[in-house]
Amino acid sequence: MPFNRKPQKFNASIKEVTIGCGEKAVTLGGESVFPFYTFDGDMKNAPKVGVEISDMGIPEVAGIKAYYEGCTTMAEIAKKAAAMEGADFVCLRLEGGDPNGANKSTEELVAIVKEVADAIDVPLAVEGSKNVEKDAELLPKVAEALQGKNALILSAREEDYKAVGAAAGLAYDQKVGAESAVDINLAKQLNVVVTQLGVKPESIVMNVGSAAAGYGYEYVVSTMDRIKAAALAQGDAMLQMPIVTPVSSETWNVKEAMASEADMPEWGPVEERGISMEIMTAAADLASGSDAVIVMHPQTVATISKMIKDLM
Amino acid sequence: MALTGIQIFKMLPKKNCKECGCPTCMAFSMKVAQGAMKIEQCPYVSEEAKAELSEATAPPMKTIKVGCGEGEYTLGGETVLFRHEKTFVNKTRYAVALCSCMDDAEIDAKIAAIPAVDYERIGERMHVEMIYVNYDAASGTDKYLELVKKAAATGKTLVLGCDDVEVAKAALEICKDGKPVLNGANASNYEAMNEAAKAAGVVLGVGGASLDEIYDTVAALEKAGNKNLVIDATGASLKETYGNAVQIRRAALKDQDRTFGYPTIVNTVKLAKGDRYMQEALVSLFTMKYGSIVVLENLGYAEALPLFGLRQNVFTDPQKPMKVEPGLYPLNGADENSVCVTTVDFALTYFVVSGELERSGVPLNLVINDAGGLSVLTSWAAGKFSGNSISAFIKENIESKVKSRKLIIPGKVAVLKGDLESKLPGWEIIVAPQEAVQLVKFLKDLQEAGEI
Repeated sequence: MPFNRKPQKFNASIKEVTIGCGEKAVTLGGESVFPFYTFDGDMKNAPKVGVEISDMGIPEVAGIKAYYEGCTTMAEIAKKAAAMEGADFVCLRLEGGDPNGANKSTEELVAIVKEVADAIDVPLAVEGSKNVEKDAELLPKVAEALQGKNALILSAREEDYKAVGAAAGLAYDQKVGAESAVDINLAKQLNVVVTQLGVKPESIVMNVGSAAAGYGYEYVVSTMDRIKAAALAQGDAMLQMPIVTPVSSETWNVKEAMASEADMPEWGPVEERGISMEIMTAAADLASGSDAVIVMHPQTVATISKMIKDLM
Repeated sequence: MALTGIQIFKMLPKKNCKECGCPTCMAFSMKVAQGAMKIEQCPYVSEEAKAELSEATAPPMKTIKVGCGEGEYTLGGETVLFRHEKTFVNKTRYAVALCSCMDDAEIDAKIAAIPAVDYERIGERMHVEMIYVNYDAASGTDKYLELVKKAAATGKTLVLGCDDVEVAKAALEICKDGKPVLNGANASNYEAMNEAAKAAGVVLGVGGASLDEIYDTVAALEKAGNKNLVIDATGASLKETYGNAVQIRRAALKDQDRTFGYPTIVNTVKLAKGDRYMQEALVSLFTMKYGSIVVLENLGYAEALPLFGLRQNVFTDPQKPMKVEPGLYPLNGADENSVCVTTVDFALTYFVVSGELERSGVPLNLVINDAGGLSVLTSWAAGKFSGNSISAFIKENIESKVKSRKLIIPGKVAVLKGDLESKLPGWEIIVAPQEAVQLVKFLKDLQEAGEI
């Protein structure tokens, strides 16, 4: 008696959202099966890999510095990031805008955004400074500067969705990243209010929150598991947006990826720990249902993009 | 498939004897259906009814024990496909791969490296739990048996990857007391393998070229009376392996197909030999999606730190928050003169806060008392993170160890400042910001101002 296969087919599917323009544009979402369940049905679009770069320049990680060697301007860094093996899009993180950090002005940051956008032909995502007040001012200007690029603006949150969502999703026709904190109800609520502004559901990508492996990661898993189940099995249209998960901004800040070998001799080289943390977190995110992950190290980009290819 | 109370009632003698403690047979049937009582508690039930019922009420996925003593691990026994539905019960175990194709120097180096990873994280010991000992026919039987001896001497639980029956028997003679897994049964050798595994009293691993072939082989082994099995889900490609691992688990739990109700092995070495980064990605993937034993080549600290953290997260009970041990945690080289800072014992809060504190570089004594494993506001609301509990803990455990009399409290419980000042005479209470991300700047500012 052979094994009786019972495919789990859903009538609903995740919405398709395209970012970027021209030949290099990428489409997120579209699947009507659980993550990589190709034995149940077609995934339609493979999950995508974004490469994070920062307005603060190249991070102090040997392998990353070596990859970007010789790059002096943001335009050069962006070009090099776009050329990374396995990269689908570039994500520019404006961490220098944080008032508690470098506190760069909006004008300065928008100039960097323009420089990067003009240098590359792959799709661009722009991540704010994480500071709500700054982002409410900064991200609408970014959306304006990127007119015609069909960029992904990360992110509109509960506190600033009106400013960011209206500028990115309505005025300048970009894609809106809706960011909530690892909770299915918050994710849905934010999608509801953003669509009530008039933003089309097809222009929204969710960032439902992320964590590094070992740091409350169970919330990330269960939030994504439940969102995909609600979107596909129950056909909840307000949760059918594709999910983008920034990985590097979490994983390179934890102790395991930062503590020097001098401080923790038995742990071994710090870069290997950082890569491993980034790869394992990204793989777990994809297994939970992320339609795109944003990572930083060239090794992670190569490994994760190959894993995705081999799973499709 | 679970039976209803009525179906169970039909199988009973219906004597209403009350000897089971229930007023009627119907009441007893209802309790059995709910799982509150066992069918054996009826003194008059027939053997056939017992057999039928125990089959029907058996869990959809078997629980298999491997190893012995400290190295005994329970695999499988899962009841849900997603952790939020209930909880995952038996965590994935990781096996470091050795092969008789390796030269002696490599084998010795690998074995020597295995005990290096051994540490504690939130109350759980993290170490390499298993060794996968792979048989390479070209290197000969003697080399393999030599390798099995070396691996067994580590005291770790072994998985013997060997599909040659005679070699497997000889290997089992060496290590059967440690209750290894014999992973090597397939469609062509399962009868002889079954005898070898049964004779040695060990769990048998079953593989095959396709899901159908594995299914048939498992069914044949069950027919031959062996239900002490694990399934090797590793296929020719990653895509196939992932499909196998998911479909085996789903068939067992969702579709109640008991033939696939066994734990699984996934060997990432077969899928990405020599590619440590791909193996890292895959070990994470198969921790998420249904590997009970996952095999990889390297498990040093670089792999262990994120992997064991991920596993600890995924296998927690969603109804029970993870807690850190109460105590004094000196950070950034703090000594008895460094300022104290406190937060709750909820693991997520602890990790976020301690991470930011470490990033600040300011020497601090982090004081954690028992707050019921809840977040700051929740434990405060529940009265578990209060002026009384914090001051009592500090008087009992901290005042003798720390000379500094400054305590930083979370911004969300700024309201406790006055209460703490009255209950902790001589202490200065400093209120931190509301959010952990603001801590670095806050602490650096305090340090610059000479406050701490």
